[in-house]
Amino acid sequence: MLTLSGLSKTYKTGDTALADVTLTVPEGQILGLIGPSGAGKSTLIRCINRLVEPTAGEVTLGKVNLVGLGKSELRRQRRRIGMIFQEYALVERLTVMENVLSGRLGYVPFWRSFLRKYPGADVQRAYQLLDRVGLIDHADKRADALSGGQRQRVGIARALAQDPELLLVDEPTASLDPKTSRQIMRLLTEICAERGLPAIVNIHDVPLAQQFMQRIVGLRAGRVVFDGSPDELTEATLTTIYGEEDWNEMRRGDEEQAKAEADARERMEALAQ
Amino acid sequence: MTEISHYSQVWSHRSPRGRLMLWVGWLALVALFVWCWKLMTADTIWFFVADAPKQAADIGSRMIPPRWSYLPELMQPLWDTINIATLGTIGGVIMAVPVAFMAARNTTPSATILRPLALFIIVASRSINSLIWALLLVTIIGPGLLAGIVAIALRSIGFVGKLLYEAIEETDVTQIEAIEATGASSAQVLNYGIVPQIMPAFWGITVFRWDINIRESTILGLVGAGGIGLKLQASLNTLAWSQVTVILLLILATVVLSEWVSARIRHAIL
Repeated sequence: MLTLSGLSKTYKTGDTALADVTLTVPEGQILGLIGPSGAGKSTLIRCINRLVEPTAGEVTLGKVNLVGLGKSELRRQRRRIGMIFQEYALVERLTVMENVLSGRLGYVPFWRSFLRKYPGADVQRAYQLLDRVGLIDHADKRADALSGGQRQRVGIARALAQDPELLLVDEPTASLDPKTSRQIMRLLTEICAERGLPAIVNIHDVPLAQQFMQRIVGLRAGRVVFDGSPDELTEATLTTIYGEEDWNEMRRGDEEQAKAEADARERMEALAQ
Repeated sequence: MTEISHYSQVWSHRSPRGRLMLWVGWLALVALFVWCWKLMTADTIWFFVADAPKQAADIGSRMIPPRWSYLPELMQPLWDTINIATLGTIGGVIMAVPVAFMAARNTTPSATILRPLALFIIVASRSINSLIWALLLVTIIGPGLLAGIVAIALRSIGFVGKLLYEAIEETDVTQIEAIEATGASSAQVLNYGIVPQIMPAFWGITVFRWDINIRESTILGLVGAGGIGLKLQASLNTLAWSQVTVILLLILATVVLSEWVSARIRHAIL
């Protein structure tokens, strides 16, 4: 279970990104974090594993308060938190396998990682994860040889290789086309369900969030302005989160995408006959 | 919002002030050129200049035909020269790598002490020409190959260090963050996050520097640091112009060859 209490972040420039955020994520829950650009979604996620240092508040995972931990203790705690990034953030010039195994870095001594001599169990687990995300045949390819969707699958496998107790997912579909986005979201939610893994997913695409998330938290200017189930996300609440025009536009855009997808599917079927 | 009813047909790229500044700038440049020309010609003895074609033809006639029988004697010094360049490059790169990591803003262990020190090492190494390094080292460790190798290595630290630290600073932060987020130690972050990103730059810079060092090491012999430069100096001193021709052609061939090799290697890496 993850608990954030009174979490705040003010950048050196004086911009307040988070103001007194209090939130609890129970075991196995997939939480979608929505809000306009600059609402503090990324900052919130990064404050949890302290890629960004919070200015005030507590982040408690299980029984450990992550804020205020020393360097080496923080490293050990980071192993418990898997992170998936917007632009995949794979090390482009390493192979797929090296990228997945890098999820084990917190568990192995330096010489093992340097010589790429990982314990057999780690390697086996990496193969298993690559199979799960459908990339077992690509293990020895370089990461930059893969497509966007495939790279994000490697990103997922890397995060899972950590054996995490929590997944932080930062805009996983922002660089992907609508169809691949849905495939990635499906894979993510399935994997979380299989393992009872809680996840916080930043997502700017409201319909996608409604389709896949169990709970939705709306952020606006660093404050929680909505917390509820996807069904409770009415036009009025979306307006409090985004302001009128923005989200209408978004919904219309998504309808167009859905139409285009349906159209493409029909064409493919027609071709297949 | 205000309505615009009339659109101008006139648009100019620069403001009147900008045009004036540009004109003044060109004028100043021309004035500088005229002044420099006067300065340059003041001390020239025009008799010698008028004589130049005749002198050139004279030396040219002594240089031709090249004395090809001198060639076998040059092979050992040429081999020495290539060794000076290669060993010097390896030594320089080995010393430059830690300096580069200390100099890069994102990897330096201490921005207040070590970074300025590393930058100073880089500037010091770059500001002194190989020939001057060699001159110093020949007096310190005596004439010979070792002085040449050390001179080339010291000169290479600055070049390799500077280009490498710029490459380190240009690495993609998100890839590094992703490795940090797994709970990796800082040595592991270096190994997995940073090193793979700078590898192409590293090999490109090294091969490029080796190529430059081949050229630089051909003249180190002039100050007694071994290699083909020694032969060049000996031939010049005895006015053996036909041998000088052979040496110059050999250096040209070596440089062309090394440039070709380095271009091929860099092409293969990038």
